[in-house]
Amino acid sequence: MIADESRFMTQEQGGIPVFLKVLSFMVLMVLVFTGIANLLPQVEGQAPKEVKVDLGTLTMDAYIAMGETLFKGKGTCTLCHNNLGRAPDILALNMIDTAAERLNDPNYKGDANDSESYFHESMITPSKYIVPGFGKAGDPSPMPMINKAPIGLNDIEIGAIIAFLQAKDGGQPTVSLPTETPAVAATTRVAEPPKPAVNAEEVLTKNGCTACHSVLDSVASIGPSLKAIGARATREEIRTSIINPSAVIVEGFAPIMPADFADKMMVKELEMVVDFLAKSTSEVSTESASESRVVTEKKGEK
Amino acid sequence: MLHNRLPQIVSKMAGYPLSNNQVVTLSQTVLTLLALLLMMSLVLTPDIAWSSSDMANITGTATLEHQAAPVLGAKDYRQIGSISSRSFVWVIAQLHLFLAAFVLAVPLFVTVIEWIGVNTGDQRYDDMAHEFMKVSMTAYSLTALFGGTLAFSLFLLYPTFMAYMMTVFGNQVLVYALLFFMESGVLYVYYYSWYALRYGNKKYVHLSLGVLLNGVGTTLLFVANAWATFMMAPSGVDDTGAVTGGIWDIMRGPLWNPLNLHRFVANIAFGGAVVGAYAGYKMLSAQTMAQRAHYDWMGYTANFIAVLAFLPLPFAGYYLMAEIYAYSQQMGITAMGGILAWLFIVQAVLIGTILLSANYYLWNGMARCEGAKRYMGLIKYIAVTLIVSFLIWVTPHTLILSAKEIATLGGSHHPWLGPFGIMPAKNIAVNLMLIGTFLSFQLYRRADKVITVPWAGFGNALMVAIYLVAIANVIFLGVYYGYFTNTVYKVGSSVAQVVSTLIVIVSGVVIDTMMFKGAKTLPVKWGHISNRGVYALFALPIAFTWLMALMGYVRSSVRTHWHVYTIMKDNSVDNFIPSIGHAGNMMTIATISFLLLVLFIFWVASLGDTKQAHPNK
Repeated sequence: MIADESRFMTQEQGGIPVFLKVLSFMVLMVLVFTGIANLLPQVEGQAPKEVKVDLGTLTMDAYIAMGETLFKGKGTCTLCHNNLGRAPDILALNMIDTAAERLNDPNYKGDANDSESYFHESMITPSKYIVPGFGKAGDPSPMPMINKAPIGLNDIEIGAIIAFLQAKDGGQPTVSLPTETPAVAATTRVAEPPKPAVNAEEVLTKNGCTACHSVLDSVASIGPSLKAIGARATREEIRTSIINPSAVIVEGFAPIMPADFADKMMVKELEMVVDFLAKSTSEVSTESASESRVVTEKKGEK
Repeated sequence: MLHNRLPQIVSKMAGYPLSNNQVVTLSQTVLTLLALLLMMSLVLTPDIAWSSSDMANITGTATLEHQAAPVLGAKDYRQIGSISSRSFVWVIAQLHLFLAAFVLAVPLFVTVIEWIGVNTGDQRYDDMAHEFMKVSMTAYSLTALFGGTLAFSLFLLYPTFMAYMMTVFGNQVLVYALLFFMESGVLYVYYYSWYALRYGNKKYVHLSLGVLLNGVGTTLLFVANAWATFMMAPSGVDDTGAVTGGIWDIMRGPLWNPLNLHRFVANIAFGGAVVGAYAGYKMLSAQTMAQRAHYDWMGYTANFIAVLAFLPLPFAGYYLMAEIYAYSQQMGITAMGGILAWLFIVQAVLIGTILLSANYYLWNGMARCEGAKRYMGLIKYIAVTLIVSFLIWVTPHTLILSAKEIATLGGSHHPWLGPFGIMPAKNIAVNLMLIGTFLSFQLYRRADKVITVPWAGFGNALMVAIYLVAIANVIFLGVYYGYFTNTVYKVGSSVAQVVSTLIVIVSGVVIDTMMFKGAKTLPVKWGHISNRGVYALFALPIAFTWLMALMGYVRSSVRTHWHVYTIMKDNSVDNFIPSIGHAGNMMTIATISFLLLVLFIFWVASLGDTKQAHPNK
């Protein structure tokens, strides 16, 4: 507090010059803001990369995987189709059943007659049918036409997404494998598909399952033990528990398991984990995924 | 003849006799204003001024305009040595925008302060307005220099992209250049005629020049905004980028007016904060108590301007974001819920800094008046509210965690803090911070007054009731509709929360204005504020500057890998959204460069007052 003139003159005339004090204060503030920005998770938003699709060697599995990659990448579908309520949570829904329900809805006025044509229509002309509870009454669908900019998927890419939607819940894709490159793009632009995990152990580790569950060589009690889970649950129940963890909550455990593993895992990865856990019927059998490592350790003991 | 009878006619209309000179001055002012209106209407309604085909005939670009946007390849991009073209343009553009925002904003509030000086007859306002202008004059030259450098850089480094932009905007860029000439001319006349047109009717001529200056400046801002919003949400072109409409169709994109409003208001807040720092610096360097008192008052006024303009800014931002969502839900989610979502944590820190600094300055400023002691007890409650709200605001929701961290936390979200991470909690926090800040401001205004109206008790009770109801409403709407209903109601309830806050602000101003009638004024001891409090005046512009850079990064990044969204792809090596850390470093380079420029500006402004003593004396 300044009581009189002489006091403030004394304060400001001695010591560090005002200029330096002010400059230091301001630079320090800037550095604090910079530090906070650098402490946050660092993510870059990459543009879709050019990837040539070799149509001669394309298998249906690869086509489905390509669809999944497009769904979560270039197609930007998961921006809205997630569990936040902005658009139907496609990854959590059985889309074959959902398509059948929509086609039977008396308010449905589109031209589709099966799941393939319904998915196609929903992507190309999304305003033809807006799912009740979404969008604004009287307005066109907020979903962009997927074959137009900024997404701009071509026919092969749209087909791949349809194949993925049909296959993701165990259904059989009805789309045909593409045989010729679309006329509009000699070089098909698709997002580069990430490589799937090589085994169930990698999937479990990559997704952090070992942090909460006792599985493989981890010991954790946040979630129920997965050692010998195959003796207690069927393949279908295991799959459901991963995709929709809140479907069944084991007594004594909190419902805190993230519900987005269906978004994070590729179809192949999910099936690998389900297979692995279903076969884990005893404490010993859960080690099978890392069998080679166990053998090596045992050899080392000798 | 009309010329001879004009003084009589005008005198009759004015209701009192005017001299010939006065009438001529008045007529010139009116004509100037008419010219301004005409010019603005030409710019803002260019489809009336010239049609697309007329423009094509003039420029011979009819063929060009109907060409699709080119697809860019490596040959369309250039680089200076190993310097990233994007980084270079980023810093230059940011510095130009900082300076331009400052020089366009200062005349806006200077003209208002000058007008207050005329109305109140208090010469101090006039002197202060002149001093504010003095600071912005040096900044004006620097703005032009950086603007020129930016234009050259763009043409050099992105030639094909700029060729396309020139094709689309055509003659409009010449209108921009013309406006810049006008801005320069009027600015110099306005500043250098300050003392020549100081009293009587001449003062009104000067005020008219101020209005003209702001008219031209604001039009300049709006014209330049059209380029940015065209890149975000192109209009007046077809799917291939070929021009199909007139220049008005091109300019009037869905995001143009939201951005105009947001930048107009933000510029005032930014300009106020920068001149506040000038006043703070001069105050700390003052050699006499009189100087300290003068700059304390100047700093207070600048802070008042900055905070007043800042309070409605979140609502302007809300409008802009709502229009972005309406234009493209995908673009909106990219900004708010996608890859850019993390930077809103930094935004929360910056806005929190601004609000805490502004409040801290007001609380320290209460030391200037004995009457403030009545309200000191409330400050601790406001401080607690601000800090708790700030902490809620910066609580993140979705964290990218390692397996070990998930195990430690007990899941992907913290069981207690998780609910504070979502928007309803943050909406409550932001609104409470704004209400708290307004309360600080209201207490400060009441500090030097003893209210004498007979209904003072009722007025105070009414004000308290409005605060309580608004706070309860903000919390109830946020909790009930945010956590117990679906997303549709969640978004809708945030509007009602904002309305509650606005009601507090508007009713507070109205009730106080009525209650202050005939109030007894207590003495205010200008200069009697702690030096610590003055440092809040430096925190504000730094936070504002960094915040502007941050929001520029968001606005530009929502285009993702497009130069012109959906029309022209960015195929350069920099066609990705940089990480927040990298962007933060770029913002810091721009902010520190601006800080050094501002110190240079302050120094030059002070240099004008320095006189060397005659060597023989």
